[in-house]
Amino acid sequence: MKKRIAALFATLFAVCLFTGCQNSGSDENTLTVLNYGKYLDPKAIEMFEEETGIQVEYEEYITPENMYTKYKAGSIDYDLICTSDYMIEKLINEGETLEINFDGFSNLSNLDTTYFEFSKAFDPENKYTIPYFFGTVGILYNKNMVDEADMQSWDCLWNEKYKGQIIMADSVRDSFMAALKYKGYSLNTTEEAQLLEAQEILIQQKPLVYSYLVDEAQDEMIGENAALALVYSGEAGYAIELNENLGYCVPKEGSNMWIDSWFLPKTCKHQENAEKFLDFLCRKEIAAMNFEYVYYATPNKTLVESLEEDLQNNTTIFPPKEVLDRCEILKSLDEAATAKYNELWKEIKSTD
Amino acid sequence: MNKLKRQFLAGPYLVWIIGFILLPIIMILYYALTNQTGEATLSNILAIGTPIHSKALFLSLKLAFLCTAICLVLSYPLAMILSNIRKKHQNLIVFIFILPMWMNFMLRILAWKMLLSNNGVINSVLETLGIPPLDILNTPTAVVFCMVYDFLPFMILPIYNSMARIGKDIIEAAKDLGAGSVTIFFKIILPLTISGVVSGIIMVFVPALTSFAISDLLGGGKVLLIGNVIEQAFMQEYNWNLGSGLSIVLMVFVIASMALMSAHDKEGGGAGVW
Repeated sequence: MKKRIAALFATLFAVCLFTGCQNSGSDENTLTVLNYGKYLDPKAIEMFEEETGIQVEYEEYITPENMYTKYKAGSIDYDLICTSDYMIEKLINEGETLEINFDGFSNLSNLDTTYFEFSKAFDPENKYTIPYFFGTVGILYNKNMVDEADMQSWDCLWNEKYKGQIIMADSVRDSFMAALKYKGYSLNTTEEAQLLEAQEILIQQKPLVYSYLVDEAQDEMIGENAALALVYSGEAGYAIELNENLGYCVPKEGSNMWIDSWFLPKTCKHQENAEKFLDFLCRKEIAAMNFEYVYYATPNKTLVESLEEDLQNNTTIFPPKEVLDRCEILKSLDEAATAKYNELWKEIKSTD
Repeated sequence: MNKLKRQFLAGPYLVWIIGFILLPIIMILYYALTNQTGEATLSNILAIGTPIHSKALFLSLKLAFLCTAICLVLSYPLAMILSNIRKKHQNLIVFIFILPMWMNFMLRILAWKMLLSNNGVINSVLETLGIPPLDILNTPTAVVFCMVYDFLPFMILPIYNSMARIGKDIIEAAKDLGAGSVTIFFKIILPLTISGVVSGIIMVFVPALTSFAISDLLGGGKVLLIGNVIEQAFMQEYNWNLGSGLSIVLMVFVIASMALMSAHDKEGGGAGVW
């Protein structure tokens, strides 16, 4: 009997342990937000709390895949999440998103409608998302270590001159993007022949690669440990701030344009609060604070028009239209295609 | 009454065992034996047979063997030297060897990454001296090097402990009876320290076999160990089933190596620090 009681206690305790972080209820005036790390000025949250009396619970994650795992684990009911294009598409396809009610918005007109057009790639009716920041993927290079003319083409990633000096992205889609674009294909292709061709050149490239990195790429470039790296424009802007020998360029064959947007997940219990928060973020002053803090391209055109000329013309941060015209947005792949990409990538990683 | 009290005292440990050991293992088993739609399958375990996975497993085994061998070769003579010097100095030297363990091991790996990088301290010094730079970062060499650096104390301590336990009088008796130093080593020292060696091997081999952080940071994404494959399956491919299946295979290897070693450890228990 005693043994059974002990076992019961243990089980109860374990159950409490695993469900302990459940939100207590939906009746409180709160808002649970999930966002990329360092992607929102903490002062803006304080201001929002003061203004509305809504208590904001703010959480961060690193990659869209981490976000997905965290969200799917279901231990916290998030009200509002910000993540990248292809991940949002995946969640929309899975029916995990709620329609945003735009009626209550008063600052929406601050956003440039161009970016809602771009968003149609993953949110065809603009029902579920509001764009937050956007940018491109390209090459961050050290002007003292490379010939800048080489950087105009993805060819530089296969150039023997830079053997042992190239940092590739340790992520399937980004690395395949460079290879597919170099070969003149779409970065969303699922055609086996094109993928195999891309895989072949990525395997050929391996002896030239210094390392495969994600977040550390910018640090290695700032420390001048490598000559060129495949990075997101946001990281490039940050790295150039810290090391003026660095430059950024989007190769002529085209690249990936990414948009990070806000959406309401199905777990949303405080939709009105979430919408108030979104409207708050669209305000020019708040968008300015977040822009200063993050330094990525903002779709808030009222804000962009008020920035200094120099900053407006900074092509690393604000990709010019002709660059965006040759870029594609990543689409979410179906399960079979994802498995194919992963398999090919693992083969690349395991070759000597 | 007393008995009840004692059982309540054991409660927290029971909770610990159930919550953090049994439940996770049951979950791993469940995921390993089902596919993503929840049907029973063996394919996640058999996936170890695919060329990529078996290659990663063999590379892990190879690097773990290499790391263990280097640690053993470095530690055994050191433990002998240590046990022969004055007690006061012994403690100081053991202390020095444990000192790096005060720092988090991830930080130490990151430090090595900085030291070994293209523009790092080591290469700058070599450059000033006119010696060609060291290009070992992002290769298996760097991974083994850092594993040895990280796990060396786990080999030294058990061997040193077992060696310190050998009574001086035994050695003196052997000498009185005319044994040379070679005979003493093979007939007395080696048999009496074998349990320490066994503990040391297990404590180095197992973490080396399962490690993925070192190969991730110092391998620059170019050294794919089985640990990395498992991590990728969980974090990037959301394929928990495959990750669990491969984990089970790895667990079998870990248990097999431990069983193999403790079969040789006749004394039982060993002289380890665990």
